[in-house]
Amino acid sequence: MSLKTFAHGIHPRENKEITALKPIRRFPFPPYFVLLLSQHAGKPAKPIVREGQEVRRGELIAVANGFVSVPIHSPATGVVKKVGTSLDFNGKMAPAIIIIPYPGSLQQVECWQSRDIDHMTPKEIIQGVQDMGMVGLGGAAFPTHVKLTPPKGKTIETLIINGCECEPYLTSDHRVMLEQSDDIMMGIRLLLKGVMAQRAVIAIEANKPDAIELMKKCSEGEKQISVAVFQTKYPQGAEKMLTRALMKKDIPSGGLPADIGCVISNVATVAEIGRLLPRGQGLIERVVTISGRGVQRPGNYFIPIGTPLDFILDQVGLEGRAHQVIFGGPMMGKGVAFLETPITKGISGIVVMADAEHKSRQKIYPCIKCAECVNSCPIHLNPSTLGLLARKDEFDQMAEDFHLFDCFECGCCSYVCPSHIPLVQYFRLAKEAVRKKRSAA
Amino acid sequence: MTSRYLDMEISTSPHLGRGLSVPIIMRNVVYALLPIIGVAVYTFGLSVFFLVFTTLVTCLMAERFICLWTRKPSTIGDYSAAITGILLGLTLPPGFPLWMAALGSVIAMALGKALFGGLGFNPFNPALVGRAFLQAAFPTAITTWSDAFQADRFTTFINTTLTLPFMKAIPDTVSGATALAAMKFDHKLADTYDLFIGNISGSAGETCALVILLGGGYLALRKMLDWRIPVGIFLSVLLVSGLFWWMDPKNPPPLFMLFSGGLMLGAVFMATDMVTSPVTPVGAWIYSGIIGVLVVFIRLFGGLPEGVMYAILLGNAATPLINLMTQPKVYGSVKGGKKD
Repeated sequence: MSLKTFAHGIHPRENKEITALKPIRRFPFPPYFVLLLSQHAGKPAKPIVREGQEVRRGELIAVANGFVSVPIHSPATGVVKKVGTSLDFNGKMAPAIIIIPYPGSLQQVECWQSRDIDHMTPKEIIQGVQDMGMVGLGGAAFPTHVKLTPPKGKTIETLIINGCECEPYLTSDHRVMLEQSDDIMMGIRLLLKGVMAQRAVIAIEANKPDAIELMKKCSEGEKQISVAVFQTKYPQGAEKMLTRALMKKDIPSGGLPADIGCVISNVATVAEIGRLLPRGQGLIERVVTISGRGVQRPGNYFIPIGTPLDFILDQVGLEGRAHQVIFGGPMMGKGVAFLETPITKGISGIVVMADAEHKSRQKIYPCIKCAECVNSCPIHLNPSTLGLLARKDEFDQMAEDFHLFDCFECGCCSYVCPSHIPLVQYFRLAKEAVRKKRSAA
Repeated sequence: MTSRYLDMEISTSPHLGRGLSVPIIMRNVVYALLPIIGVAVYTFGLSVFFLVFTTLVTCLMAERFICLWTRKPSTIGDYSAAITGILLGLTLPPGFPLWMAALGSVIAMALGKALFGGLGFNPFNPALVGRAFLQAAFPTAITTWSDAFQADRFTTFINTTLTLPFMKAIPDTVSGATALAAMKFDHKLADTYDLFIGNISGSAGETCALVILLGGGYLALRKMLDWRIPVGIFLSVLLVSGLFWWMDPKNPPPLFMLFSGGLMLGAVFMATDMVTSPVTPVGAWIYSGIIGVLVVFIRLFGGLPEGVMYAILLGNAATPLINLMTQPKVYGSVKGGKKD
């Protein structure tokens, strides 16, 4: 059987065996929760609670501020201690609600309202997705209902359920596929109805044979749902790579998957929609992989949103000295600067790097034009030339002649570079500089 | 909070690397060159050992001196100067006077590399710049050849090797002509098998095609060499010289063209120099095609019997243009569509 794939890409060490066989376990409540109001792409949510107010687990505490925004629900029964600011993972002050849970409060959801999903219209389904505070759980944290609403004049034919999970270390999507298959099927049915698509394809990389088998078994007899198996290669899970590998179609430069009749949703997102939407509950917890050699008890955990990172690290135990903590996977995840920062909806993994596995500060050599980056860039850019231009601050030329803004920062170029040139890091700076200049003009 | 967090590292993604570095690549090229040196010493004896030793040490010293002079950290550790030294030595005649070889090495490092900003910025292959200088400065010495497998090769120097500086090298015996010179001037054709295993006279490291191909194969398997370039050069030489041979059988046959002269060493180790060859796959095919065509034309129609050096240097010169013309097709770019 030939596996679907795309040209270029890389094969980093997966390190998924650390947690792949560990079932999802619940996490205890921390002494306090920090709920950032801007943990999704778009406008921050508007708080509707005041300090000292009692909230119940699952209760709405902040509402969506406009279309590209989602509400936030309380992860535990307790008291609102503060409606103000807190530090985010970057170490920047951000608006937040801080909740102290009652001692001994249960992990039973207390606020919900079940819905009659058989009689929901597509519009009601999409509204329901927004009301539950759903965002893309794969990492982007883009409000899901916005994705499910195609621009006027575009119709959606294919719903791609992304279970590739190409980032090294991460296994949360893998575990969700194994343990929440019924929720996934329910979610797919709801979304198919919501976006009025013809078919749904569950995309899985070949390194998860158990998940492939289970998903195939579950989709038997479902005419609209099928499973597609992809070669294990990073960044297969990127939207642009998925459409090319699956349908041989490119998402136009600067466009959306909807431009070629697709909506792509992470498998964990679909599972949570399938689990929560019928019950009318809000998104208050998510599956997070905690891995890396710096952790004593790596695993897949069901963690309430808003749990502070230092509490999580205390629970799983650190192995000696943590060298670096990453939110997300090591290829595209964000380095954490502040350990009291909370878990947000978009965090699929916490990777704690020990000294040995970390790419420590390496000597940077001049570019020797080995073309490794050119031959690994999944977008077929020329990172070598872009990097040389970046060093000369030729940001405008990068954007105009060398397609800077098509780069989605997968990091393949920096990964392969034998000169250890921080290519993708340069490109981020360049994009920022060009954006600033354009908005000033 | 607690001290365990104090020396954490903060950086942006990606947080992983492949673990490959420039010195590792360069060191592997040196490994691939070692058997060639071995065969060269075995074929031509003591003189070649000292020839390669001279170019190697002079190149390293020149690199170090230039770093000191320009107050930059030493770049000897990246092994690129070592490659230049070895390659230059291997392209010279076995009995080449050592003082000339040392001078050529200094020119290679200074004018071929440091002048442009060092590793990564040189437009031309430094070893070939050094050799081009020697070809212009010492046309007699660089075309004075000695026979392979001389009986006393491990005990005595070839008499031109130890020529004093600024003295003319005068060979005492009638030297053996290279296969290409024999073909060009005397219309004598060497046996392809002899060419393949190196039973001929020629430049120190260019005679044995077998060991060069083995070294190249090793690098290509380790993905430290773009296989398209040697393959492209071989194909283009075979095609073009085959065409001429078909038109007039007095021209040398394609296989002879492939295995004679510096073509093997040039195609496998010089044209593939990453810095001076194109970065795009399409570019690599164009570049190697150009070099192959130039080699055949210079050999058949030029005044010189050998043309690999100039062909590669011209290919190097075309590289920036080839890079510009063969930019890869970017994902999602729509023909005549909108541009953001």
